[in-house]
Amino acid sequence: MAKRIEASNVSSYYGSFKAIDNISMTVEPKTITALIGPSGCGKSTFLRSINRMHEVLPNARIEGRLTIDDQNIYDSDVDVTAVRRMIGMVFQRPNPFPTMSIYENVVAGLKLNGVRKKSLLDDAAEKSLKSANLWDEVKDRLARPGAGLSGGQQQRLCIARTIAVEPQVVLMDEPCSALDPISTLAIEDLMFKLKDRFTIIIVTHNMQQAARVSDKTGFFSIDKTGEPGRLIEYDDTQKIFSNPAEKKTEDYITGRFG
Amino acid sequence: MGDYPSRSASTRAGGSSVTARHARSAGSGVSPIPPDDLDGSRPPLGGGGALPRKARFSMEAGFRGLTTAAGAMVLVIIVAIAVFLVSKAVPALQANTENFLTYKAWFPNDAEPKFGIAALAFGTVLTSVLALIVAVPIALGIALFLSHYAPRRLANPLGFVIDLLAAVPSVVFGLWGRDVFREPVQDLSVWLNKYFSWLPIFGGDGPFGRSIMLGSLVLAIMVLPIVTSLSREVFQQTPLMNEEAALALGATKWEMIRTAVVPYGKPGVIAAVMLGLGRALGETIALALTLGIVFNISFNLIQSGGNSIAANIANTFGEANATGRGALIASGLVLFAITLVVNMAARAIIYRRREFRDSAA
Repeated sequence: MAKRIEASNVSSYYGSFKAIDNISMTVEPKTITALIGPSGCGKSTFLRSINRMHEVLPNARIEGRLTIDDQNIYDSDVDVTAVRRMIGMVFQRPNPFPTMSIYENVVAGLKLNGVRKKSLLDDAAEKSLKSANLWDEVKDRLARPGAGLSGGQQQRLCIARTIAVEPQVVLMDEPCSALDPISTLAIEDLMFKLKDRFTIIIVTHNMQQAARVSDKTGFFSIDKTGEPGRLIEYDDTQKIFSNPAEKKTEDYITGRFG
Repeated sequence: MGDYPSRSASTRAGGSSVTARHARSAGSGVSPIPPDDLDGSRPPLGGGGALPRKARFSMEAGFRGLTTAAGAMVLVIIVAIAVFLVSKAVPALQANTENFLTYKAWFPNDAEPKFGIAALAFGTVLTSVLALIVAVPIALGIALFLSHYAPRRLANPLGFVIDLLAAVPSVVFGLWGRDVFREPVQDLSVWLNKYFSWLPIFGGDGPFGRSIMLGSLVLAIMVLPIVTSLSREVFQQTPLMNEEAALALGATKWEMIRTAVVPYGKPGVIAAVMLGLGRALGETIALALTLGIVFNISFNLIQSGGNSIAANIANTFGEANATGRGALIASGLVLFAITLVVNMAARAIIYRRREFRDSAA
């Protein structure tokens, strides 16, 4: 239950502004891939291009080819909602639905896809919350509002909601940047656990986090503001952080970025 | 200069040597604070010397008093109105020879006054509820179209036109309803009567024209802009991150609206509908011009007929004597009570889900 993502020559635009230029990379199933780089370098744009969330913004478009197990997700006859079901996403700020309870939040995706049977929903809710390491903390208050949880719990709730629809790939856009170190650690543990079942791509500003959790790392950068972001180097995390091939990568990971 | 203007700079007691050492030593030419700020004419904002006394009459106390007075004024006005209404209504109610709540006619000016609110209150509630049944679905449709479907270039002018509709005086709606809109509604009534007369609401043998239906449809047009623009406002406030969360779960646009936008806006929409209902209940002149002014309780929508509390006040106030005016004021009190009950019901609905609303912030 995990699929390969392959990007070839992907460029994304906001209107006439080119945000990322000519990105090509292959993400293997059941791995964690970290995307690092300075702010505004197009990591998030690239991530959002993978599940077609990029095009939600007005005038946004993409060029190039993105495939999931050799099927082009930008083919004109592909149902965009199916793509997003297959490629789930966790956002930077925890965003549980404020009007829904914890339980309703977890099963929201299933309900959207037509699952109505209570027993199925109950099972899925319990399973997803257990997978997200949240079950023990919330099992006695599933009917309470999801937005009443702490930030870290909310983010794990969002992860539970994402994996409840059993996607193939989970995209995470700086999932820990709004969280304290203990919650961050909880999410990182969770990512290791989820790796057995999903392909995970994570954008992070935290280089220690990238080094800790990922199998492969991609370094994005821009030459200067207004220029499109580029993929400078993409390799095993071990190699990126110990012996990067590019000078720019080395400057960035050693903090001499300029 | 120094990082902080030192006390010697402000007091300047030590003469040029002290000042120079503390304030000018880093080079006077590039100092970001103009040198005359440091020459001792005023103490630095952070305070030099002893702590000053608290001002006895400050702006703070003044504003506090002003806002408290403004708040208290609301209570004073409400109490004054209530006292006025009750004091005028009670003598008329005592003179009434029929049951005020159940009698279905209005003869308060006779030697033996006979008047009752039943038919009027029924007509008021029926026209308002019908108006909402027609207006709310259309208003929500327009609001969602403007907030989530229409391109911005179209949404803004269209929203402006709808707000313009709210600015049309109600007497204009009334005249338009009576002289222009009546024709098509009459034709529709005849058609409905011909094919659906087996339904009591479309029965009767005419005449059709100034009916509950005409009044309700005119009312519906009048409450449409309020409900539309308030609903649009709350729908637009849906956090983008919640909309994206729904889309990322594989929701279509309509599913996203159902999952994220509508639940989020529900309290606001209820408030908007209640405001619309408030306008419909209190609407006077448009109904006085479009209803048939008949005192009866009937669910027949298309026969000439119908009346409302406010329309009755407008129509009969001119010829009323003292008891008649008291009777009309008593009817106004009933209208006030109806509005109050409706508002409290709406608040109760919103309050029930407060836990979810408050934690959303």
